[in-house]
Amino acid sequence: MSFARQVAEFCRRDLLTERRAGEVLTIVTPFGAVALMSFPLAFGIDSALVSRVGPALFWVVVFLFTMQIALRHSAAERPHQRAVIALLGADPFARLLGRTAAAAVLILAFMAILFPAMLLFYSPDLPEGWPLALVPGALAGIGLAQVGTLAAEVTAGLRTRTTLAPLIVAPLAVPLLIAGSQALESLASDGGILPWTVLVVATDLALAVIGAAIARPLEEASL
Amino acid sequence: MTIVSLRNVQLRFGPVPVLTGVDLDVGPGERVGIAGPNGAGKSTLLSVIATLRPPSSGEARVFDAEVGTPQAYEVRRLIGWSGHDPALFDELSLRENLYHFARLAGLDIAEADKALHQVGLEAAADRRARVCSNGMRRRADLARLLMTRPRLLLLDEAHAGLDADATAIVEALSRRTVADGGAVVMVSHDRQTMGEHVDRVLTLREGTVVP
Repeated sequence: MSFARQVAEFCRRDLLTERRAGEVLTIVTPFGAVALMSFPLAFGIDSALVSRVGPALFWVVVFLFTMQIALRHSAAERPHQRAVIALLGADPFARLLGRTAAAAVLILAFMAILFPAMLLFYSPDLPEGWPLALVPGALAGIGLAQVGTLAAEVTAGLRTRTTLAPLIVAPLAVPLLIAGSQALESLASDGGILPWTVLVVATDLALAVIGAAIARPLEEASL
Repeated sequence: MTIVSLRNVQLRFGPVPVLTGVDLDVGPGERVGIAGPNGAGKSTLLSVIATLRPPSSGEARVFDAEVGTPQAYEVRRLIGWSGHDPALFDELSLRENLYHFARLAGLDIAEADKALHQVGLEAAADRRARVCSNGMRRRADLARLLMTRPRLLLLDEAHAGLDADATAIVEALSRRTVADGGAVVMVSHDRQTMGEHVDRVLTLREGTVVP
């Protein structure tokens, strides 16, 4: 089986599992929406403040819930499942990429649902041409999927998984969060989104290179 | 060519010695059983033979590839392993699980349908794995092995909890493997039952294999 088909197969399996389990759609997403809605309640009636911080809080919620999506219980592989897949000769990097692709689809769907919710709850003053900022935003979502999947692989089988994984993700996700949130700010101040797009693309590529380098050792360590 | 060759294989989990010097040769056409009490290290030994866990010291070679080296990754396709718990994904149906494994192994999905028929699971093939009985899950796991035709078959407590029909499937699978020039290594705490299905039984005692 070609590398690309293996990637597609792992992605298909994880998405089919999610469609059946509904963990992201029925649990994580509503909880994320509630979290997004709770900030305006905490700020009170200062509508100017609520409007100004809305996009930034959107990214905070996306970052926090990305972990929930990447570490979702339904997608966790048990050790003997990993062993059988290794014995079938599957490429560890294809496995990592396929699982990242599935996580990216789910994270982008999560973002696509929460973004209109943010517009509704916060009524931010979006600058002209704001849809352009969706490009670095989506690329940041893909980067978060990469970071989250890598963290899930590093911590696979550990009892401290849910504690350790966010600690791994936090520093790696910083450039993605900055780029995702600052793209909109930059448009508002008549700046371009190109520097932020370059930053997020460079981060995505660096994460892909790291993934390619450590996929095999990570798999071997988890068997 | 010897399929499995272990020389003074030792394995420690931290400070705890699990295998303390295992020597074992398994050749083509052989069916070898390894008996031992719970916690003797049988499953760990099987994972070394499966190339999934390199020994702490000693030499382990499978299909002439040294375990723990990149050469061992290349021979993994020749190895089939069935553990205590079937390696099925709970949210997928039995058929989808088999299709997934077939695609990863580079096989036509028709092979999966054929294997499901062989283990008598056609009627239940579209049920999700999580709602299937353990016996059905075990059969689906055996279907994977029938489909992929491994040359080295590793069975961990293969007969535990199986009915007569499923036991016959294990036996057929095992016989077919040796008839194809392969080998079978099975481990169990039940020496007597295993003895009916292998050519020789060894005992794992205090981390080492004795006759």
